[in-house]
Amino acid sequence: MFKAPALISFITAGDPSTDATLRFMKVLDGYADVIELGIPFSDPVADGKAIQGANYRALESKTTVDSIFDIVRKFRKSSDTPIVLMTYYNIIYRRGVEKFMQDARDAGADGVISVDLPFDEAGDYQLICDSYGIKPIFMVAPNTADNRLKKIDDSGCAFIYLVSHYGITGMQDDVQEIAFEALHKTKSLCKNQLAVGFGISRSEHVKKLVGAGADAVIVGSALVKIIEEFGEDADEKLEDKIKELREGLR
Amino acid sequence: MEFGDFGGRYVPEVLIPPLEELESMYGKIKHNKGFCSELEYYLNTYAGRPTPLYFAKNLTDKVGGARIYLKREDLLHGGAHKINNGIGQALIAKMMGKDRLIAETGAGQHGVATAMAGALFGMRTEVYMGSKDVDRQSTNVFKMMLLGAKINVVNNGSCTLKDAINEAMRDWVSSFENTHYLVGSVVGPRPYPEIVRDLQIVIGKETKKQMKELCGGVPDCIVACVGGGSNAIGMFYPFLDDGIRLIGVEAAGKGVETGKHSSTLGAGEKGVLHGMLSYFLQDNEGQIAGTHSISAGLDYPGVGPEHAYLKDEKKVEYVGVTDDDALHAFSCLSKTEGIIPALESSHALAYAMDVAKGMDNDENVVVNLSGRGDKDLGIVKEALQCSKLQL
Repeated sequence: MFKAPALISFITAGDPSTDATLRFMKVLDGYADVIELGIPFSDPVADGKAIQGANYRALESKTTVDSIFDIVRKFRKSSDTPIVLMTYYNIIYRRGVEKFMQDARDAGADGVISVDLPFDEAGDYQLICDSYGIKPIFMVAPNTADNRLKKIDDSGCAFIYLVSHYGITGMQDDVQEIAFEALHKTKSLCKNQLAVGFGISRSEHVKKLVGAGADAVIVGSALVKIIEEFGEDADEKLEDKIKELREGLR
Repeated sequence: MEFGDFGGRYVPEVLIPPLEELESMYGKIKHNKGFCSELEYYLNTYAGRPTPLYFAKNLTDKVGGARIYLKREDLLHGGAHKINNGIGQALIAKMMGKDRLIAETGAGQHGVATAMAGALFGMRTEVYMGSKDVDRQSTNVFKMMLLGAKINVVNNGSCTLKDAINEAMRDWVSSFENTHYLVGSVVGPRPYPEIVRDLQIVIGKETKKQMKELCGGVPDCIVACVGGGSNAIGMFYPFLDDGIRLIGVEAAGKGVETGKHSSTLGAGEKGVLHGMLSYFLQDNEGQIAGTHSISAGLDYPGVGPEHAYLKDEKKVEYVGVTDDDALHAFSCLSKTEGIIPALESSHALAYAMDVAKGMDNDENVVVNLSGRGDKDLGIVKEALQCSKLQL
């Protein structure tokens, strides 16, 4: 899905509005290799305060799944940058996995991450993803057992999303040692590209992880925080931040 | 153990290893003599088991119909059935080498039970509780503090039980190495629904034995309230194959038609939250709905996956009782029997009184009186002032 080393940006769709999201995506597009778009959910259990807030704001502004597919469709008219939709499984389940994947494909999305759908609950889901050409992406953690890692690696995912630490999303002062240990282990066991996320907010974090062998680094909360602060006017600050993060890839 | 299509383990990947650890430990110890006898020891000498099955003669006379029996879980230490599960899981946690317990609580009864177990076994305890519930169940908050637990007030979403679970899960994602998440009902990812059910089955087993002694057989009907559904499943389980009427009572709040209720099985749709596939109150987009019930313990938009299964299999009937009808039953039991029931249990009681009225007087109805009402006095007082209801 991307050429390593890569930068993956995450923002929540509809925060603060769907129009703003489309603009923000265009800003990020110049610097990010993959754009992750969060579909808001009322109960984001894997997320820290920053992304929780983004979810609530997006729901507050009446963001619907249809309106998010609309954003993707509009973005696709001017860019080929891969888009990965990230959400909680209930959103997909409720729409119907089949319909969700069909609509995602028709809109022009490339991949999907369901935060609370682990690999072994995802049998039919994977088949449906395949039939619509949507790449499923599974998350792994520092404590994921070796045999599970291999199964996930063999599942036909677009890349492996390594959660960098034991915790929820949110900015951290530094990358924890456990992230590097997990990175080395996962890298040695998996053939797919490896993207590291959770807690990464500065260019030096990006640099360290890429230096340690990460194929991509995912940044979410740091961008979402800017949107929280500047709302509709976040374009410029977002650009500054993504530019700074991109520096870390050099 | 799955419940048809329901149940499962829908959690972020990081929680898979701790859930596997718990499942494997539980598999090893659930039939282990040492564990079972230690659990029995604490249930009998600390919690106050077995609880009586009481023939409520005055209530029976007043209602006019079937004989009404009350399973007195309200007499347990802590004031509710929650201690059965609290002690059981704390023992499992101890065996796994954990030294910290976290729990979510709605009405506070599970928080109190966890705090008691934490104090009893010398484990640090933190309880997550929605700010709305902290306000309406302040006695239990103070109790938990006295018992040495730390209260984490949750100011997210609807500020009730659902949000307390979210926050406890967020804690557990980073603390599982030394912490056991002591889930309070038959909800959550595998193996929680099974563990909590197994720990609550004692209610039904005792009832079965007591009914046999008192009446020579099984009752004709059993009624229990359902939030997550732990007291109900514990009561129903040993009777599932007896061909008797089992009724789970959800909170219909201000009436299911008003949208202000917690009748998940009555009005919910299939979905995935809190690690399980079950029924949930939600909108067409899959966003979880706000709920309402006068009883904090029933104020939850989901329900245990085994109840979802039992509903679809038509093994158990699920019905709703409104705030007002629950209040009426609350007042009625207090007056006729001198027993103040929890608002949660009052829902079961209200429906049971209705059912008993239409039955013959040689038939028997058992109501699981899952908790006592001390914690609810403030709410009831306020409700009586605000409504036209008379004491």
